[in-house]
Amino acid sequence: MAPIWKASAWELSQQLAQGTLSSEEITREFLQRIEQYNDSLGAFIHVNPQALEQARQVDQRRRRGEELPPWAGVPIALKDNLCTSDQPTTCASRMLQDYISPFDATVVKRLRSQGLVVLGKTNLDEFAMGSSNETSFFGPARNPWAEDRSPGGSSGGSAVAVASGLAPWSLGSDTGGSIRLPAAFCGVLGLKPTYGRVSRWGLVAFASSLDQIGPLARSALDAALLLELIAGPDERDSTCVNQPVPRYCQVIQQPLPKLRIGWVPEQLEALEPEVQQAVQQALKVLRQQLGAELREVRLPHARFAVATYYIIAPSEASSNLARYDGIHFGYRANEQEVLAALRQEAQRLAQAGDHQAVQELDSPLVRLYRATRSQGFGTEVKRRIMLGTYALSAGYYDQYYLKALKVRRLIRQDYLDAFEQVDLIAGPVASSAAFALGEKTQDPLSMYLVDLFTVGANLAGIPALSLPCGFTGEGLPLGLQLQGPLFSEALLLQVAHHFQLHTDYHIRWPQLTEGNQRTHDRNGCQQ
Amino acid sequence: MALTRAEVEKVALLARLELEPQELELLTAQLARVVEYVDQLAQLDTQGVEPLAHAVELTNVFRPDQVQPSLPRQKALQQAPRTDGEFFRVPAVLEP
Repeated sequence: MAPIWKASAWELSQQLAQGTLSSEEITREFLQRIEQYNDSLGAFIHVNPQALEQARQVDQRRRRGEELPPWAGVPIALKDNLCTSDQPTTCASRMLQDYISPFDATVVKRLRSQGLVVLGKTNLDEFAMGSSNETSFFGPARNPWAEDRSPGGSSGGSAVAVASGLAPWSLGSDTGGSIRLPAAFCGVLGLKPTYGRVSRWGLVAFASSLDQIGPLARSALDAALLLELIAGPDERDSTCVNQPVPRYCQVIQQPLPKLRIGWVPEQLEALEPEVQQAVQQALKVLRQQLGAELREVRLPHARFAVATYYIIAPSEASSNLARYDGIHFGYRANEQEVLAALRQEAQRLAQAGDHQAVQELDSPLVRLYRATRSQGFGTEVKRRIMLGTYALSAGYYDQYYLKALKVRRLIRQDYLDAFEQVDLIAGPVASSAAFALGEKTQDPLSMYLVDLFTVGANLAGIPALSLPCGFTGEGLPLGLQLQGPLFSEALLLQVAHHFQLHTDYHIRWPQLTEGNQRTHDRNGCQQ
Repeated sequence: MALTRAEVEKVALLARLELEPQELELLTAQLARVVEYVDQLAQLDTQGVEPLAHAVELTNVFRPDQVQPSLPRQKALQQAPRTDGEFFRVPAVLEP
């Protein structure tokens, strides 16, 4: 038999149900691999010390004859912006370095009630703001296919964990491509569901009208199963839609209907040659092997998507992140020092006779807020808070925020029009394979432009997934994006499943280097 | 439209951030570039287009009006940097 860590979550479920494997055996193997490789990969910020014990408890319940679902006892990794009451939830930020949530996120609660074992919390860009995993306070996760490359962001750790066999599957969150980009860069499948398909309660908010939780896995079947476990209405999230959850696992294994699949010529023209080849090759598989009819479609406003997104997302973020005030929870600047410095400043100004400046000085509370937030947030988070605050400020609201909301409607209309002609749209996830760590950190705009093909789905609320569709000459994985109408997850996963029946990109493994040349010391990390 | 240092300082105050002079310099330049980029939306004619705040537009989503337990005080205070066991503590807001 193949090693446990190479098995899919689906296969592990079968073995658990048959009693040929125990959760303890499975969990131990993944914990060992995390121990072995996490120092060099940086996939996990926190490993659950209770994981093995929790696995044993599932085994005991099963041995006692308790009726458990087959997947009870399968381990999973969670992005560290999903609240867990028994482990830290840091959002890869100094602000929440020691934060332990008083509750479990709805998705976490659902997974626990199904008996899944949480291996730990995975690395991400700070507060999920980034496309490379480099804004993490704890240092970046690394691409298992080439450790000097970015795994993509923001759900980098969740993608690395699955790609490297440190977890059979994982959860991430996607605000502008944060599941799909790392999935593409690491060679796994990642799905951003329809906005409202999965409850966001307990997902630390970044941009509330765009955020959505979704699965990362190797196979479409695993992703379908995981979506089935987390989807569905939730009293605690009024944006979570009250619609029945299909039996995704069953649906996707049915024969494909005759499909019309759209592709956007401008998108293909914008790609690096190797990516273009891989996407064209994938379109050929869809046509020849899956029997789809390919049609050209237009998304005329797609070129405005990044500009629209980088107004709306930071605006919502600036409001959401206002809660980090150093008062209720999280990091707080040294109060004595901050207030002493403020008194000195006031004295200095008074001595200089600048009474107006004294008048305009921050109050002690405001100064404490400002010091706390400046020390607690990293540079990218500050940049986005600033950008959002600016776009919402008096005099600019109409020009930026309101304008962006109008363009958002045009972007959504493009998709509605396209889906009149085709069942789904296939295309690239990114214009290149994984870029080098450090390559884009000096130029924020160049990093934002990485999201060109992914932000549209978030703005329009539609589901989209990334699945492995090839490799570059250097051996870096490439992803194919499938986008569909609202609540078309079943169709997207069905196409992905049949694509995987005809290709083997999703069952190749990277050569990992064991090692601890780098250390993930919480206190030693800097941005 | 170019973003000035004074504007960035004002925004920092609104955002309750405090920027070192160097950081202020860097952010002014970087934000100016991003603002210049997003300014391209001005080219688009959006007259008569309704703003779209949420892609899946739901209205009036209610749940049954039933009393449920809320977060107990002890738990709510647990993660606070400074409390007196009953309240969150902050520096004095009003001058004595």
